[in-house]
Amino acid sequence: MVDMSVTLGEVELPNPVMTASGCAANGKELHRFFDVSSLGAFVTKSVMAAPRSGRGTPRMAETASGMLNSIGLQGPGIHAFAENDLVWLKSVGARVLVSIAGGSSAEFADVAAVLRQSPALDCVVGVEVNISCPNVANRGLVFAIDPLASAKVVALVREQLPRDVPVFAKLSPDVTDVVAIASACVKAGADGLTMINTLLGMAIDIDRMRPQLGGVTGGLSGPGIRPVAVRAIWQVRSAMAEGRFRTVPILGVGGVRTGRDALELVAAGASAIQVGTATFHDPTAPVRVLRELEDLLAEKGFDAFTQVVGAAHRRQEVYR
Amino acid sequence: MPFASNGSGPAVPRGGVVQVTAELVATRRAGAYQHVTFAAPGIAELARPGQFVGLAVGGPTSANLLRRCFSIHRVSPSGVQGSTVDIVVAPHGTGTTWIAGLSLHEEVDIVGPLGTPFPLPTEPVSCVLVGGGYGSAPLFWLGEQLAAGGCHVEMVLGAASEDRLFGVVEARRTADGLTVTTDDGSAGTRGWVSDVLAQVIRRSGAGVVYGCGPMGMLRSVTEVASAEGAVAQVAVEESMACGVGVCMTCVLPVTGADGTTRMVRTCVEGPVFRGDRVRWDSFEDARALVPADAVGAPTEAGH
Repeated sequence: MVDMSVTLGEVELPNPVMTASGCAANGKELHRFFDVSSLGAFVTKSVMAAPRSGRGTPRMAETASGMLNSIGLQGPGIHAFAENDLVWLKSVGARVLVSIAGGSSAEFADVAAVLRQSPALDCVVGVEVNISCPNVANRGLVFAIDPLASAKVVALVREQLPRDVPVFAKLSPDVTDVVAIASACVKAGADGLTMINTLLGMAIDIDRMRPQLGGVTGGLSGPGIRPVAVRAIWQVRSAMAEGRFRTVPILGVGGVRTGRDALELVAAGASAIQVGTATFHDPTAPVRVLRELEDLLAEKGFDAFTQVVGAAHRRQEVYR
Repeated sequence: MPFASNGSGPAVPRGGVVQVTAELVATRRAGAYQHVTFAAPGIAELARPGQFVGLAVGGPTSANLLRRCFSIHRVSPSGVQGSTVDIVVAPHGTGTTWIAGLSLHEEVDIVGPLGTPFPLPTEPVSCVLVGGGYGSAPLFWLGEQLAAGGCHVEMVLGAASEDRLFGVVEARRTADGLTVTTDDGSAGTRGWVSDVLAQVIRRSGAGVVYGCGPMGMLRSVTEVASAEGAVAQVAVEESMACGVGVCMTCVLPVTGADGTTRMVRTCVEGPVFRGDRVRWDSFEDARALVPADAVGAPTEAGH
C-alpha cells in the first residue's frame, strides 16, 4: 500500500488526484460514473459573479491528441453556485476546490466574498483563481499575462477568504516567462499554483473557409500539451528551489491521460494532479489515473506519494 | 491497458448509465451507411428510444479523444448475442470511418444510454415520425413502442438521394403509412419531407410529430407541425466532445417552461426537445448564436 495522502498548505487530502476546472461540470454528471468524494478534490467549473450564457456554437474542434474549446465561461453565477452546486457537492462528501473568475479584479473579490458566506464553505479545500480570463480593463487581454494584474487579483481574493482556505493561482503557459507570473502570484499571497491552463489556439473550417470556433480562438488542451505543462512546472519548481520566491505546492494539470502521465508532472514538481480533457474520452479517467498512479508507485517501490514530488529535480543534480 | 474502460462487464449503473467494453457482433452496409451491432451488456436494459450512446474511437492509443455520439437505432436486451445495441453510422470523418471499418469481435468502449428519450403519449394518438437521412435510425424502435400503445404510426423518410435513405423497407413493413421524399427524385416524391408533411398530418389526424435529422429539417418539421396544430418532438444534432454533460460544447438556445431562454446541453437536457421550444431563429450557417434575451447573454460591455 502506497500512502497517497498529500498536504497542500494546511489542507490534507487523502490522495492527490482531482478533476480539472471546466472538464467535470459541477459534479452531478460524473457522480453517475464514480463517487466524486473518492477524489482528492473536485475542481468546479470557473464561476463568475452573474449567470453567463457562454458563447454560441461551434464551441469545440478536435485536434491531434487534444481539442480546442471556446465555451465562454458559461455558468450559473456565484450565488446560484453557492446555494445549489456547492451544497450538493458537500452533501455527497466531496472536498471541493472552487474555481472562480472575473472580468475585473473587483469581480474576483466579489465572487470570493459570496463564496465565503456559503453554508457549504466547510467542504471547500481551496479556491483556484482562474486568471486566464479576459481583463475588461486591459482590452480583454487575460490577467495571466501581466504580473501586476495577476498579483492584484490574487491579493484581493486572498483578503476575502478565511486563512485556512488556500488560494491557488491558475497560470497560463502563454507567457514569455511563466516564472515571473508565478513569483508575482506567490508574493501577492497565493498559497499554491495550478499549472497549466490551456494554450490559445485556432482551427479553420476549410469547407466553409472560416474559423471553426464560434469564438474564433480557443483553448488547446489534451495529451498534446502535456510537455508544455511538464516544462512550466519544471521551471517554476526550479525557481522555488533556487529561492527566488517561497516554495508553495503546485497542482499539475495539462494532458494527463494515464497514471504514467501524472507521475511525469509530479516528478517535475507537482504536489497534486488534475485530470481534464481525458475525462471527455473516459468519464472515469480521474479515478482511473489515481489507481494507475498508485499501482505505478507501488511497482517502483515507493511507500508514499510525497516521495516522488519533484523527484526529477533531485536526480538531475547528480548530473550537474 | 491505459485507456480501457472501468471493466469489461456492465458497471454498476449509478445514474441509469453504464460504461462497457462492447464487442462488435454484426456490421453491414445500408445504402450510404454502415449499420453496426454491438454486444454491450447493460445498455439495452436501460435505454429508451431517442437516447444515444458515446463511442471512444481509434483504440487504446488513439489521438482522437472525443467521443462520437450516435442515436440508438434499436436494442435487444436478450438476443442470441446477449444484450445488444445497434447504431447507424455515416462514414465521413476520422471517427465514423474507423467505426464503419471495424471487424467482427473488435472492441469499443461505449457509454450509454445518454440523454433524454422521446416522450410517449399517455393515450393513443395518431403520430407522424419524420427522419432525415440516417436520422431515421431511432424512429423504428419508437414506432414499435407507439404502436404497442395503440397509436397510429405514419412515417416520412427523406434524404438527398435514394442511397441516403435509411430504413425504407423496415418502415414499409412496420408503419401504418410511409411517404418517401428525395431531393433528386431518385425515390419517392421529389422534394423535402416538409413538402409532404402537412398533408400526412392532415390525412392521419396526427397530434404528435417526432423528428430526427439535420437541424434545418427539424426546424421545418416544427413549423409545419405547429401550423397543423400538432406538437413536434425533435431529437437535435449538435457536435459533442464528451456526451455526458461535462464539456459544455453541445449547447443550443432553448426556451424553458418558464418562458426563459437558456443555452442548454444537448447531451443531458436533450437531445429530445419540444420543437417549439428550440430557438430556431438563432441558427444560421451551421452556427448557433446566443439570443440577446438568453440568460446571461453577452452585453455591449463584452462578455
